[in-house]
Amino acid sequence: MRASSILGMVAAVALVTACGSKPEPEQPAPEPAPPPAEAPPPPAPPPTDDGRAAREAAEAEAARLRQLTTDLTSPIYFDFDRAEVRQGNDQSLLDRKAAILGVNPAVRMRISGHADERGSDEYNLALGNRRAGAAKRYLTGKGVADNRLEVVSYGEERPSNPGHDESAWAENRRDEFEVTSGGGKLAAP
Amino acid sequence: MRRSVLLSLVGCFVLAAAAHAQDPRPGESITVGIEYNPAARPGLVVVPGVGIDSVRAIVRRDLDYSDRFEMIAVSDPGAGGSSTGPINYGLYKALGAEFAVEMADRAGKVIARLHDVNGSQIRYEVEATLPPPTDGGFRMAVHTLSDELVRRALGEAGIATTRLLLVLNGRVHQMDSDGFGLRPLTPEGQTSLSPVWAPDGRRFAYTRLGAGRGGIYVQTIATGETTQVPGTETALNITPAWSPDGRTIAYAHSDERGTDIFTALLGGGTQRLTVGRFADNLSPTYSNDGRRLAFISTRAGPPQLYAMGADGTDQELLAPFDYGVTGSSNAPEWSPDGAAVAFHREVQGTAQVHVLTVSGRKLRALTSAGRNEDPTWAPDGRHIAFVSDRSGQRQLWIIDSETGRVRQLPTPGRARLPSWSRRLAGAVIVPNP
Repeated sequence: MRASSILGMVAAVALVTACGSKPEPEQPAPEPAPPPAEAPPPPAPPPTDDGRAAREAAEAEAARLRQLTTDLTSPIYFDFDRAEVRQGNDQSLLDRKAAILGVNPAVRMRISGHADERGSDEYNLALGNRRAGAAKRYLTGKGVADNRLEVVSYGEERPSNPGHDESAWAENRRDEFEVTSGGGKLAAP
Repeated sequence: MRRSVLLSLVGCFVLAAAAHAQDPRPGESITVGIEYNPAARPGLVVVPGVGIDSVRAIVRRDLDYSDRFEMIAVSDPGAGGSSTGPINYGLYKALGAEFAVEMADRAGKVIARLHDVNGSQIRYEVEATLPPPTDGGFRMAVHTLSDELVRRALGEAGIATTRLLLVLNGRVHQMDSDGFGLRPLTPEGQTSLSPVWAPDGRRFAYTRLGAGRGGIYVQTIATGETTQVPGTETALNITPAWSPDGRTIAYAHSDERGTDIFTALLGGGTQRLTVGRFADNLSPTYSNDGRRLAFISTRAGPPQLYAMGADGTDQELLAPFDYGVTGSSNAPEWSPDGAAVAFHREVQGTAQVHVLTVSGRKLRALTSAGRNEDPTWAPDGRHIAFVSDRSGQRQLWIIDSETGRVRQLPTPGRARLPSWSRRLAGAVIVPNP
């Protein structure tokens, strides 16, 4: 059941990836993504006769890049004391990341695993590590090269939501994805 | 004349003492989860005296916190004998005391006498030169006296000359076992976890986290000098444990292949003890003879308690559990005498401190109020410090596993991951022949 659905997704992703290689856009694009050390985006080109069309194209391109970065860096979430990637949204999100990574070979990422505050402090470091490793294994299973994905764990030390209830805990049981290099001009899959 | 005054005072005393004995201060003496059998403990009175009040107060608290005596309160220095007069054995016997501790100041030195009340004689006398109370070593020097008095009375030393390591706001702190002397040991601005004492009591190992990675470091307390344990430079290295001979640190190494237990010789050289594949192995703790390690593994699903040889062979389940029923078990620490392992296990979703007897595998829950976790043994093998939220915030508490008495070690902020030292060297005591 589960294996067959994964196979289906693999096929889907393969299709998406195959059709996904498009030439780089010429328009200079703003950089919505980290790393923050990079220079701010160049200003939009001065308006010309067809300036309006160009500006609209630039904005559309910027929005598209923002979406790509968002897809690449959106967290996935886990059940209590579990480190399996959940079927549904989280697998789809990882499939999307794999596709983007597939057409942007320069991009490297750091996956950090996190836990909620309920488990043992020390065990949660191992659990976070397992969660980050699970996402990495999923992505390398989709063809992303092993050395492009770094795995770290914060355990319960860096909650995303400081609350002490189930909704906060659910937000804190997560993997975060950070682009560490090559995140400038992302190509769409 | 004087005698009659004394006698009338004696009358008041018996009543006062009885009232005191029944009236522990709130929060200091609560029984949890175990049978409380005070009758088994010998009565002890600290004889009122003149001068050196601070020494007497510290000793009295130490003897009380040893939980080995029924403390009999007498508060009037005029009655029942004093530091300068003869000990009124008859009175103390009537109060139920087997022991009387007398302390006096003699030419800048402290004389401590342990009286055998039933035998009407001095059992032990010691003369100690203490640093001035303003000196940093003063309290520990007094604690040394206390521990020696316990040893002379019962054959085994007390635990006053001990300290605890704990984590507060991401920094390792130390604190005397009576709650005094809290001070940070690791710098601000880094996240430190899992401090553990070296057997020599002069160093500790801990995990320093940074950017999702972490190394194991060894710090010398007196100098602050810190070195990284060789082999822990990459990925995430957690839960250090010191071998009893002080030469090896066992720890868990986490990377994308999982979390497994390694040992590092402090002189260099690592050995891998577990191969988890998709299971995690962590939180090693050495037996007192250094031959075995208890540890936590997820090999059967939720984290549970296992044991293995110090070379990784002969791995076995240590604390029995029912699959799908028993909650997660974590944070084991082998007792100083090797007979038991303390750890915490989830009971109905809340961590409780448990003690497992190694031979016979008998399991006992020590706590039930609130969430209780991360137990660490005192060197007497009967007191256990742990983290509890029973007061609302996570704080350090100590339970005497024999009597069930608990007391809090208050800290500013949320206390985590305590480690109890062995007995530390204090003042030099020169006993009289």
